[in-house]
This record gives sequence, C-alpha cells and structure tokens, in this order.
Amino acid sequence: MRPAALISQALEILVALAAAPLFLGWVSQCRAWLANRGAPSVFLPYRNLHKLFHKEAVLAQNASALFRIAPYVVFGTMVVAAGIIPSLSGRLPLVAAADAIALVGLFATARVFLSLAAMDVGTAFGTLGARREMMVGFLAEPALLMVIFVASLISATTALPAISAHLASERLSVDPSLAFTGVAFTLVLLAENARIPVDNPATHLELTMIHEAMLLEYSARHLALMEWASALRLFNYACIGFALFVPWGIAARGIGPLGLSLAVPVLALKLAAAGAGLAVIETLSAKLRVMRAPEFLATAFVFAVLGLLVHILLGGP
Amino acid sequence: MTTSLSPLLADPLADCLALVGAWLVIGIAGLAAPRSVRYAGRALFALGALVALALAAVAAWSLVSGVTQTQVLPIGLPDLPFHLRLDALSSAFLLLLGASVAGVSLFSAGYFRESDGMAPGLLCLQYHVFLASMALVLLADDAYAFMVGWELMALSSYFLVTTQHRIPEIRRAGFLYLLMAHVSALFILLAFGILQGGSWHFTFDAMRTAHLSPAWAAGAFLLATLGFGAKAGLVPLHVWLPEAHPAAPSPVSALLSGVMLKTAVYGMLRVTFDLLGHPVWWWGLVPLAAGLLTALYGVIFAAVQTDMKRLLAYSSIENVGLLFTGLGLGVVFFGVGMPALAALALLATLYHALNHAAMKSLLFLGTGSVLHATGQRNLGRLGGLIHRMPWVAALTLIGALALAGLPPLNGFVSEWLLLQSFLFADEIPRTFVNLLLPLGAAVVALCAALAGYVMVKFYGVIFLGQPRESSLAHAHDCGRLERLGLGWLAALCIALGLAPVPVIAALAPVTRQLVGSTVPQAGASWWLLAPVPHRAVSYSPLVLLLAGAAIIALTALLVRLFYRRGLRRTRPWDCGFGEITPRMQDTAEGFGQPIRSIFQSFFAIERELPTPFDAAPRYRIAISDRIWRGLYQPLWRGVRRLADAAAVLQRGRISAYLLYSFATLVILLAVVLAT
Repeated sequence: MRPAALISQALEILVALAAAPLFLGWVSQCRAWLANRGAPSVFLPYRNLHKLFHKEAVLAQNASALFRIAPYVVFGTMVVAAGIIPSLSGRLPLVAAADAIALVGLFATARVFLSLAAMDVGTAFGTLGARREMMVGFLAEPALLMVIFVASLISATTALPAISAHLASERLSVDPSLAFTGVAFTLVLLAENARIPVDNPATHLELTMIHEAMLLEYSARHLALMEWASALRLFNYACIGFALFVPWGIAARGIGPLGLSLAVPVLALKLAAAGAGLAVIETLSAKLRVMRAPEFLATAFVFAVLGLLVHILLGGP
Repeated sequence: MTTSLSPLLADPLADCLALVGAWLVIGIAGLAAPRSVRYAGRALFALGALVALALAAVAAWSLVSGVTQTQVLPIGLPDLPFHLRLDALSSAFLLLLGASVAGVSLFSAGYFRESDGMAPGLLCLQYHVFLASMALVLLADDAYAFMVGWELMALSSYFLVTTQHRIPEIRRAGFLYLLMAHVSALFILLAFGILQGGSWHFTFDAMRTAHLSPAWAAGAFLLATLGFGAKAGLVPLHVWLPEAHPAAPSPVSALLSGVMLKTAVYGMLRVTFDLLGHPVWWWGLVPLAAGLLTALYGVIFAAVQTDMKRLLAYSSIENVGLLFTGLGLGVVFFGVGMPALAALALLATLYHALNHAAMKSLLFLGTGSVLHATGQRNLGRLGGLIHRMPWVAALTLIGALALAGLPPLNGFVSEWLLLQSFLFADEIPRTFVNLLLPLGAAVVALCAALAGYVMVKFYGVIFLGQPRESSLAHAHDCGRLERLGLGWLAALCIALGLAPVPVIAALAPVTRQLVGSTVPQAGASWWLLAPVPHRAVSYSPLVLLLAGAAIIALTALLVRLFYRRGLRRTRPWDCGFGEITPRMQDTAEGFGQPIRSIFQSFFAIERELPTPFDAAPRYRIAISDRIWRGLYQPLWRGVRRLADAAAVLQRGRISAYLLYSFATLVILLAVVLAT
C-alpha cells in the first residue's frame, strides 16, 4: 500500500467529517431563503456541535450500556462509509474491504443500532421512532441496493470507485436506466435522511417525527455524535449520488496536488448544487402522513426495479 | 504424536461411526437413572457435547483432506446392509452438525431440569437418538439406510417436540409435525423409486449410473423438491414449522431449526447434483421461485409474531427460502453450462447453511434462557432484560445482528455471496430468464432488510426498554454451562463472519464434487474475499471491523481528551411528559403494525375493536395464515368426506365383513377364470 493512497484515504475521511455539517448548514440556509426567512449562518451546525460537546451529559436512569455505545457505533460506521465512497479520489484502500453492497450493509448497521438505542430507555416516543425508522429502512434499503445493482450491472463490478470510473469514462449520454434509478435514488435519499416529505428535521411535532423521536433521550456528547453522524449520512448519500449520476471530476488515479486542486472545487460545486436542489424539493413538497411513507418508498423501489428492467431490456448482453 | 493419531486420521468414516455409536450409548446410558438431573441432564449432555466436538473435528479433517470413503455395515434386514459413504458433501454437513450440536448440548447440560415435563433420562435418550439419526442421514449411501435415518429422525424429534405432552396444543403441533414428516418421507421414497431407474438396486451408486429419460428425471427432481421442501418448510408446505419448532424445549428447537432443516438441504443437494447428476437448467426455477416466495412469506410473518419462539420459527422459514433460492440459482447456472457461477451460488447456500445453524441455534437457546428466567414466551410480557440478564443479552445481540445480515458478522457474508451470484443472472443465455432472474435479487434485498426489522423487534422488545411485568424484576441470568453453550455459538458467528476465506477454501471440495468447479480466490490472501476474479469485487470483514474499531476508539479517545464535563443520571425525559409507565412502550403487536398494514393481503386478520361505550374495552387482533385456510382446511374437509364415505363399508358386524371376503373371493375367481 503506497503512502499516496493512504493520504488520499485519510483526506477523504477528513473532508467528509469537515464538510458534512457545512453541507447541512447550506441546505438549511437555502431552505430559509426559499421560505423568505432570515437565514441562519452556514456554520450553525458547527456551533451546535461545539455547544453539545461542552455540556454535561444527562442519561436516563435505566439506560443500558448499549445506549451509551450506540452513538459511537453509529458515528463510526458513518465515518467508515465516508471512507469507501469516492468523493474526491477513486483510489481508496478501504474500498477493497467493502464494496457497494457492504456499504448498504454499513448503513443498515447504523440504522439497527440507532433503533435499538431508541428502544433502550423504553419511552413511548423512542419505540415509536424506532418502529418508524425501521419501516422506512426496510423499504429504502432494497431500493438503494437495486439502484446500486443497476449501476453494477452496467459496469460489471460492485466496487463503488470502479463503478464511478466506468460511468465517467464510458458514456456522456444518459443511460435510460440511470434516469429511473436516479429518481429512485433521490426518493431514497429524502427518506433515509429524514427530510421532507417523509420526515421533517426542523420539527419536534410528536405525532409525525421519526428521526428526532429516536434522539429524544440523548444529550450532550452523545447527541453531538448522533447529529454529526446524521450530517455524515446526508453527505454520504450525496456523494453516492455524485459517484453514480455525475461521476465527472473525481480524481480516478492517485491524488496528486493537481488532482486535488481540481477535485475539491468540483465537489464543492456539486454539493452546492445538490444542497440547493434538496432545499427546492423540500420547499415544494408537503410532509406526508407517516402511513403514506411506505407508498412513497414503494414508488422508489418500483422505480429502481424499472431501471433494472430497462437496463436489461435495452442494454443487456 | 502423529504416529498414534495416524490410524484415526486414516479412517474418518470409522471415527464418525464410532462417535455416532457413542451418542447412542450416551442416550441409552440415560436410562440408567432417568430421574437424576445431575447424571442424565448434566453429565451425559456434556459428554454428548464432547462427542459432537470430536465429530466436527473429524468432519473438518475429512473435508480438508478430501477423502471419499465407503463402507458396508451388515445391519438391518438380511439382504439389505447399510451402505455408508463419507465424501466432501456429507463431511461439510457433518461439520455443521457437530459444530452446532456442541454448543446446543453444552447449553442443554445446564438447561434441563425436573419441571420440563419429561424425565431427563428419557430426554437424553431421544435427544441423542435424534443426533445419531441425523448423522446417519448424512452418511447414508443407499436409499434404505437414508430412509431409516430419515424416519428415525422424524420419530425421535416427534417425541422431543411433544416433551410437554400434557398441553393439548403441543400434542396437536406434534401430530401435525409427524404428519408432514411422513408426507415428506413418502415423496422422497417415490423420488428414490424413480431414481433407481429400473435396476431395482437402491444403493446410491446404482442411482448414479442409472439412465433416466428426461421426463422421469424431472419427475424425480420435482418429487425430491416436494419431499425435502416439506421437511424444510417451503411455502406452501410450511404450516407445521411454526407450530412444531416453538412447541419443543428450546435446545430442541435450536436443533430442529438450526440443524435438522439443513438435512433437507443436504438431501436436495445430494439428489440433484450427485444422484441425478445432470440437472436441466429449468428445474432450478422451481426451488428458486419457491425459495423466494418462502423467504418473503417467512420474514413477513415473522415481523407480526408476538411469541418469541414463533417469530424465530418464521425466521427459519425465511432462511430456508434463501437456501433454496441459492440452490435453484446453482441448478440454473449449472444447467446452462456455467459451472463456476453455479459454484458461487451453491457456495452461498452452503455458507448460509453453516451461518444459519450457528445463529438460529444461538437465538433459540437465548429464548430458552429467557423462558427459564421469566416463564414467558409472549413478547408483550417481557422487556428490559438487558439489566437482569447481561450475559444472555450480550450473546443474543451477536446472534440478532448476525441474523439481521449486518457486516461484519456472518449473516452478511452469505447474503453478499448470494447477491453477487444474482449479479451474473443477466448473462444466462436464455431469454426471459435473464430478464426475470435479476428481479430475484430485489426480493432477496427486501427479505434481508425485513430481517433487520424482525431482529430489532425481537431484541428490542425482549431485552431493551422497561420490564413490562413486575415479575421480571426477579429474572436471573443463565448459568455457567448455558453461557458456555451460547458463547460457543456466538464465537462461531463471529468466526464465520470475520474469516470467510478459510471457510470458503474448506468448502471448495464440496462445490468441486457437486458441479466440478470451485470459487476461485483472486487475491489469494486469507483476509480478503474476492470470489470473482475478472471483476474487481472484494469484501474483507476483518479490515472493515478493524477500521471501524480504530475510528470508534479514536473518537472515544478524542471525546475523552477534549471533553471534561461529567455525566448525570436522571429520569427519562420523554419529551417532557410526566409519568411514563412500561405500558407506554410499543408492544410486539405495535411494532409489527407497519408490516401488518403494508402486507395486509398476506394475512388473514381478525380484529376485535372496542366501541366507545364499552365498560371494559378490549382490543384483540389475531393473524393467521391464508394458506392454512385456503389450502389445508379444504384438503382436510375433503379427506374427512372421503373417510366418511369409506366408513359406510365399516358396519362393525362380523357378518358384513364375511360377506365382503366372500364377494372378493368370487370376484377374484371370476377374474382368474376370465383370463
């Protein structure tokens, strides 16, 4: 393993850690602008994290060890996931350890730990949130897997950088199956990251919340890790989207100073555009009733399967 | 040392037979003092665990050394000796048997006590006969020995299922189980009848060389699918499984789900690839389609169960579905001339069989400990046991995460292999099939995700939250032997998850025997799994775990270094609501509610809702299987009607029966005269 690869790996993770809260702040700022509100600073998520890390942790009396371990596990899996998604460079040593299917498995691990932790204290909202999160998850996970499946069939591999390199080199024209899977992926991204229309990150309205309901019992450093992890999750999803649908500009060979100086602004541009797009979608749509969420996700699943069919019908061997 | 061991190593089949004999002896020894828990319940079961461990070692040795041994034992009927054979396939399944039984027996040694409905000595006898019969099934090399083993397995497990025979539901479940076991045995017998191909020799060697016309061969395959499918619980032949498996004591449930179901998979592999030899590709579509349906059906029903052991039984149905899916995919690949891919699909099946044996046994044993500590099987009366039973909670968590298919544990490895083999399905040179098969991957993905849902429900409701009953405050953790048994199986889950490459290398002789090809190892490093050389595809659970652990440790360290505020315990916040009671948590019904409403059409639901004017409002919901009502009840009524019609003949008067005999004689004489 050459040091260049290790450096690019470390850089990838550090950029993800730093950029994830910023991306979240950017989305909130865009939403505020679109809603004609005074916009908070893009750095607000950082201040939040700073504040949370410096508070005294308050824990429920009957919280078990699982409850205290879960934030670290969820955060850790999200960081590892960030390490195998090509955002700046395609040359990541960790990718050999986990391909795109394992990436979906990592997301599932984080989700299961989050839900288990939510059930641990045994409050009404915690279990409610866990149940809803798992409901969203079991529909979103296969849809995401199908999206990745189509891309893998196109490029004959399940390693994410290889997929992305293949898609970037092969065609500049749009594969029709990618159009379907693109829609599916966007729907999955909205659902998995607790965005409108499935969940609303800005509210604590008890009857509708999903993600926030699971975090109610967390405070201080544990909450900070959980919040950071969910910012990382959004960032990771965005980067998966870039790798699959706009794969240009990721330095495929090593990460020389030139590649880096090119890849960083390209990633920043993509994130800015994606964040603005996300804010537009969230502003234009209304929150769904929780029991309508399965229909929303079933649509995503069907779109992904349609993409698979289209690929095999049109582009198959 | 090597010289003293060499005769043992040279003849693994004899070693296996000796160990099976040891199990029988242990079983019979249980009768010496049947009521003594310390002798029959503790010592003999622990001895059985040692024998199982030795069997696993012998099987592993025979698998690695790649010997094929045959032997003829002159027992049984005069002209029908037992033909036995130890080859790669049977070694792999013997390894599965030995490794998981070692854990289950250790646990049982600490588990059985006087109050379990049957004398420990009797239990010991049936338990060890059950183990020996499973080993006989795996070693049999003629249809006769196979069927003797198969029936012995059904009978001994029937007695184990009905351990608590004073409870009517358990007697009913036992009867249903026995009935289905015999339906299955009949189908298998018919399949063997076709397989001998007119030679009337029922040794497997004769069957291997028999030439069958394509139609007969397909018939034999379908009969075998029905027979082994009924034993494994393929939809729609699954109805007995969620009744029988939970009815048995937990260690027996673990054996039934973890090990016995795999003998059906073994039989299926043996008949398809060894005895038939040249499966036609479309045969594979039958187990494939049935497997996918079974997997989805099983996991959806598991999600709505309220009894923890029934939930696990339905989850076993799901896993059997996945096993048959991989097997069917293997047949399709092999039939169209892609043996390397067939090896990949079969490897997924074999690996999953091993995984499921370890993790399902672990979870069933975990429910056993919970059952002993609380006396409750109903999820609605459990909760918060992680505080009272930390050992069981921690070890069961490993099993639950593994069964949910999460990396880096073992469930994910076989799921990954299965999905990888589905990725090649579009290369099958048959139109429509190459279109439809990749959709199977969608079903597998859905099942895997739902399995996560089921496991969160299972673990969360039992171990997390607040205790739902005040009696749970007195629950106690399991004993030392039980811990050892659980720990052994949890260690198996971790080892199978972290070191897939050595396991796959050990399983290579099996796929070579079945389809003449093995899964290549591209990277040739023991920690990196790369089964598809021309595709840059790899997975390394060990590196993944180490990376994750390093990041988590670093995070914890940084938080500790830069963060100096303390930690305070107080009442749960719960959004500021005042008093929270355990009844405010989600129940098992509540947790299954989304699944119930999304997959409504799968269930037959009966609701009993309170009205606003009820003095004592009552809410009840009962979910049953549509297949039971739609298929089995009409079938049952038809059989009843036929029997009633036949009963007209049975007058119960001696003169009527004499008349029947007389009429028969006259008719026979007439027939003889006419010809």
